[in-house]
Amino acid sequence: MGQTIIEKIISRNVGHAVRPGDIVTVNVDRVMIHDIFIPFVADKFEEMGFSKLWDPNRVVLIYDHLVPASQVDDTRHFRVGNAFVEKYGLMHIHRSDGICHQLMTEALYVKPGDIVFGTDSHTTTYGCVGAFSSGIGYTEMASILGTGTLWIKVPETIRVEIEGELPANVTSKDVILTLIGDLRADGATYQALEFCGDTIERMSVASRMTMSNMAVEAGAKCALFTPDEKTAEYCEIELTERERSLVGDPDASYVRTIHYRAEDFVPVLACPSQVDNIHPVSEFAGTAIDQVFIGSCTNGRLEDLQRAAAVLKGKKVAPFVKLIVTPASRKIYNQALEDGTFAVLAEAGAIITHPSCGLCCGRTGGILSDGERVVATNNRNFLGRMGTSKVEIFLASPATAAACAAAGKIVEP
Amino acid sequence: MSETFTGKVWTLGDDIDTDIIIPTEYLALKTVQDMAPYAFSPLRPELAAQIQPGDVIVAGKNFGCGSSREQAPEIIKALGVRCVIARSFARIFFRNAINNGLLLIENSDLRDAVTEGDTIEVCVGEKIVHKDREFPIASLPQNLMDILNAGGLVKAMRRLNGLEG
Repeated sequence: MGQTIIEKIISRNVGHAVRPGDIVTVNVDRVMIHDIFIPFVADKFEEMGFSKLWDPNRVVLIYDHLVPASQVDDTRHFRVGNAFVEKYGLMHIHRSDGICHQLMTEALYVKPGDIVFGTDSHTTTYGCVGAFSSGIGYTEMASILGTGTLWIKVPETIRVEIEGELPANVTSKDVILTLIGDLRADGATYQALEFCGDTIERMSVASRMTMSNMAVEAGAKCALFTPDEKTAEYCEIELTERERSLVGDPDASYVRTIHYRAEDFVPVLACPSQVDNIHPVSEFAGTAIDQVFIGSCTNGRLEDLQRAAAVLKGKKVAPFVKLIVTPASRKIYNQALEDGTFAVLAEAGAIITHPSCGLCCGRTGGILSDGERVVATNNRNFLGRMGTSKVEIFLASPATAAACAAAGKIVEP
Repeated sequence: MSETFTGKVWTLGDDIDTDIIIPTEYLALKTVQDMAPYAFSPLRPELAAQIQPGDVIVAGKNFGCGSSREQAPEIIKALGVRCVIARSFARIFFRNAINNGLLLIENSDLRDAVTEGDTIEVCVGEKIVHKDREFPIASLPQNLMDILNAGGLVKAMRRLNGLEG
């Protein structure tokens, strides 16, 4: 009997063949904790009676949601985090290098086939390099820090095949939003997504990241891509049989297979206030907007900023519209500085910020108020996420967002 | 655990996400007790003050979708909610609730049958009774019952570390 990618990863980890529905205890390869939850993880860890980390080399602490602090109490998170680092000998800490989900693969903490957990729902992102990664709460994180293990239920897999050439104005963001709209917000709950097809093979690792990042918006536990030469280059590894074999077997059992023709995709929006409320951009053409946000762990990578710059080159952001651009990491920030991407965006009138989570979760800067409308490239348009509960958030690709910024209203890129 | 209790019902819809349960802006408050008054505030700002200990939330599908914030089930527990009954739960919320000893029950039919303010009787692992109608419910897998019975994951780990019998 063949296996899906997730079944192979878990089988290897536990040392025997697993099937969907099995409850097994896995050995964790790496964990990520971010600034919002470190005080809670630290409390629970000590309350549980642990006195040392199972393996300090496998723990990564990243300050991103609260950097730089916008409320006085935020600084407590850094103090507690720094004390935890000191007391338990953490080896990997990033205090202002960027957003956790960008850094985990960019800084080479995650490799294909790894099992990784993080205190953030978008931990599904690392599936872009063929890792099983998923979000958990701080109590479970504390128990992993002590034991190095976690129980999981082996998920069923939904296979998503995409073949053909995407239209020029369509990005992987439009692909994943369309899929979420088709699956609905709970359509993949407890399940794994597995992507394949020649469209997927041609995508950059960055484009795949956008898709694995948002898989959780359909409830998925993880979203996996087969490692290839692009993955190997990104992860700075040699591709061996171990990585190449992380592919769904032809006789593997899937709970569902969904097939898309790439040519059928159009630019889409996730409309207020559910991520699965998907409509073609054209349906809302002409709707006035107040702000545009390009960034986040979903779409703050160099190719996203370059796409936005290509749209905005020689143009100006419309009067009364604020365009805020947030690169996902310091590395990307520097790349966009060096290759002239930021110069184009700044010339167009963009406000360029440091890499962090702030805008995406309404935590620092760019807050909106009643009746305002924003087109944003992040992953959630929930009620009240970027300001008051009467703000309308439309999620879109960087190309769509940039076109809207120039037009001052919703337009197709 | 063949426990039985009754509770007053508060009803909520589908896809009640974690940003509704507790918005990010309140997550840096020191304790879940500090956060609890803001529970459900984007949707129903008055609700947190109205919920009384022992009450029950009955919701639609995908309750707790969104972020991994564990404050979501902790706050619901801090408000005194005895259990949440929904058509379905999001994965991370489900794990977090069990780990914090908050009882969750999946049932497809109850939501359409109840009106806010009704009283229901819950026989854990067996059935829900509402106005003489019975709604059968499944029991949880043993490994989850073990965590719930230990009083949550912290207590289970304290036992592992020899701090509790």
